[in-house]
Formats: sequence, C-alpha cells, structure tokens
Amino acid sequence: MANAAQILKSKKDSILELWMKNQLADAGLRDDLMSNEDLRVQSEELVEVLVDNLTDENINNPSSSDFDEVTEILAGISISRARQGYSPRETGVFILSLKEALIEILDTESKSDPLQLYQDTLKVNRLIDSFSIVTFETFLKGREEVILRQTDEIAEISTPVIRVWDGILALPIIGTLDSARTQVVMESLLQEIVETGSSIAILDISGVPAVDSLVAQHLLKAVSATRLMGAECIISGIRPEIAQTIVHLGIDLSNIVTKATLASALKFAFSALRLEVKKRSANTAVN
Amino acid sequence: MDRIPILKMGHFLLVTIQVDLYDRLAMDLEADLVKMVSKTGAKGVLIDISAVSIVDSFMGRIIGNIASMSKLLDAETVVVGMQPAVAITLVELGLELPGVHTALNVEKGMELLQGMIVADDVELEEDDDITLS
Repeated sequence: MANAAQILKSKKDSILELWMKNQLADAGLRDDLMSNEDLRVQSEELVEVLVDNLTDENINNPSSSDFDEVTEILAGISISRARQGYSPRETGVFILSLKEALIEILDTESKSDPLQLYQDTLKVNRLIDSFSIVTFETFLKGREEVILRQTDEIAEISTPVIRVWDGILALPIIGTLDSARTQVVMESLLQEIVETGSSIAILDISGVPAVDSLVAQHLLKAVSATRLMGAECIISGIRPEIAQTIVHLGIDLSNIVTKATLASALKFAFSALRLEVKKRSANTAVN
Repeated sequence: MDRIPILKMGHFLLVTIQVDLYDRLAMDLEADLVKMVSKTGAKGVLIDISAVSIVDSFMGRIIGNIASMSKLLDAETVVVGMQPAVAITLVELGLELPGVHTALNVEKGMELLQGMIVADDVELEEDDDITLS
C-alpha cells in the first residue's frame, strides 16, 4: 500500500495540472497583476520543492527543517504579492487551492481504502494549513514593511528653505506640524540663516491644515530661536479659520509679526531692509 | 585664573567669548563688564558668542543679567553670532532673553548699536531744540 508521500511524489505533474486548473477557474484570479505563465512558473516551483522534500516522516511535522526551502519560497511569493497589491484572500486562495489539488489526487489514488484516505487527508490538511499560516504571516509582514516605508517617506517630506531675496529666507511649511518635524524645520531654518547671513525669515503656514496649541507653541519657539540668533521671523499665510483657532485657544501672537500672505510678508521684509520695489517707467530701456 | 578680555571700541565695549564659559568665569565676566560700563560710560555692549557651543540655564541667565544691568547704566546689549543649537537650547529652557538685542554677526551687531546711538543723538538734539525755543 503506497503512503501519501509516495503517491504525491509519483503524481507531481497531475498535482500541478489540477492546481493550475483550480487557480485559473477561481473567480478571483488576478490576471491583471500577474500573467498566467508567471503564475504557472511560481506554482511549478512550489510543487517541485514541496513534493521533493516530502517524506513519510516529515508529513506529520510541518515545522521540520526539510520544509525550510518551501517556507522560503512561500515567504518570497507572499511578500511579493503583498507589494503587488494582492488582497489577503487572493494570497490565501493560492496556497489553499493547492490543498484541494493534493486531496483530490489522494482521493483518486486511495479510493479503495477509506481509512488510509482519511488519515492521509488529515496529514495533508495539517501540513498545508501550517504553510498557510506562514504565508499569512509573511504577507502581513510585507504589508507592514510597505506601511513603514511610507511613514518614513511622509516624515521625510523635506521643508526647503528658499532664498527669496538677498537677506530674506522663506520657508513654506506643508502638512501637519508635530514636535519632531518642527524640530527638523527649525534646525534647517537656523542653519540656513547662519550660512546665508539672512536677517529676515518668513515662515509660511498656508499649507498647514490645522493649528492647535502645540503647533502654535512650536511656531513660537521657532520665532524665539530665530530672534536669539539675531534674525527676525515673520509668520505668513494665516488663513481665517486658523486665526480663529489661535484666538479661541488664547494664544498670544501679539509680539510676532504676522501677515496674511507671503506677498505682504515680503513687502514687510523689504521695508525692514529699506529696499524699494518700483515699476520702471515705460520709456526706460530694458537692460 | 582666566579672564575674558573686554575691549573698548569707541562708544562700545566688545566681548568675544572664545571658550566655553564655566560658572566662575561667567560671574567674573558679569562683574567686570558692569564695572567697565560704568567706568567708560559706554553706550553699548556687544557680546560675541559665535564660539560657544554649549550653553546652560545659568549662562543664559548671566547674559540676561548683563543686559539688565547695562540697561540700568544706559547701555544697550547686543548678543551676536549665536549658534543654532544654542538658540534651540535656550528656547527649550524657556530663556528667550527679553531686553537683549541680537544680531547675526559682529558687523551687523555694530551696525545695530550705531543705529541706536544715532537715534539717541537725534532724540537728544530734538530735546535741545525744544529747550532752546
């Protein structure tokens, strides 16, 4: 009487064919994300490695080191699927449809011996379930990595310090301000002040969606630090709703120069530096 | 025993701090500077701290003290060349040095003091006119 491992070994090709059939028949097949050829290559590799490493001993022990290669391949597949944007269900169907195929093969081979069939089915079930868990763990890990990477990228949206004029810096802040980000913004602003010897810095907050007491405090700190360095700091781009919030929170910005737009802040900076911008009369030659 | 030299330049006193101030040194500087202001009748004190990389609350307070004392003796204080890290530290410590003027470098600090002196002179002249008329 052949045991499960032997049966499966001898039927490697039929397993692959059955499995492919199951996958292709599935309504949730994502041929937009992966071509059928690629899917076949992936499936074939997995079946090869699984069946080759399967013995009568380790079929009862999914955590056996014989299956290291299998879990490695599975992990690779599910991480790449997580990145490609497969849903968890689609990733799960991939491995669970293999179980269908295996059991079907066993079913045709051991029809004569229901007890044997039952035991083999149990073993295959356990084995593949444990592989499913591995698949899910790595799938989630892949997703987590994507999320972490995005978090880092968002955190690294830099705030460029722009030299708008000789001695005038502008710093448009976009997005939410938190302590860590304010620290980075403040440091880069102060560094730039030292490097360029600018005496006026304009903090433009038109891109900041909301200002709470904490953000206001951060802004005040940035302004104070700028003043200590010997430059002046103007806050511009205060939208009406933000002005409302600031007043409602009882934050005192009275000793800070605030302007509604970057343009008016620039105008103020010009007058502070005793600069004049004039329209040239029409008959002067353009140089 | 180190001493920080205090240089006289026209109407102003110039102090360049080239070492990290320890407490004793800072207190001596405070005492010396006030004496100098009163002796020379200086109109302004310029403290250059561009070489100072570490600052603590005590040092912040000393600078504040110098400014207040000089103000009492009719001299303005300008602190110049503060490094970003020092500025951030002082702000975090809540020492925003009210009453202290600041400038980016010695040159700009001098300009600022000159401007203040000129403004004072103009005011004085105006006062004279009023008394004459």
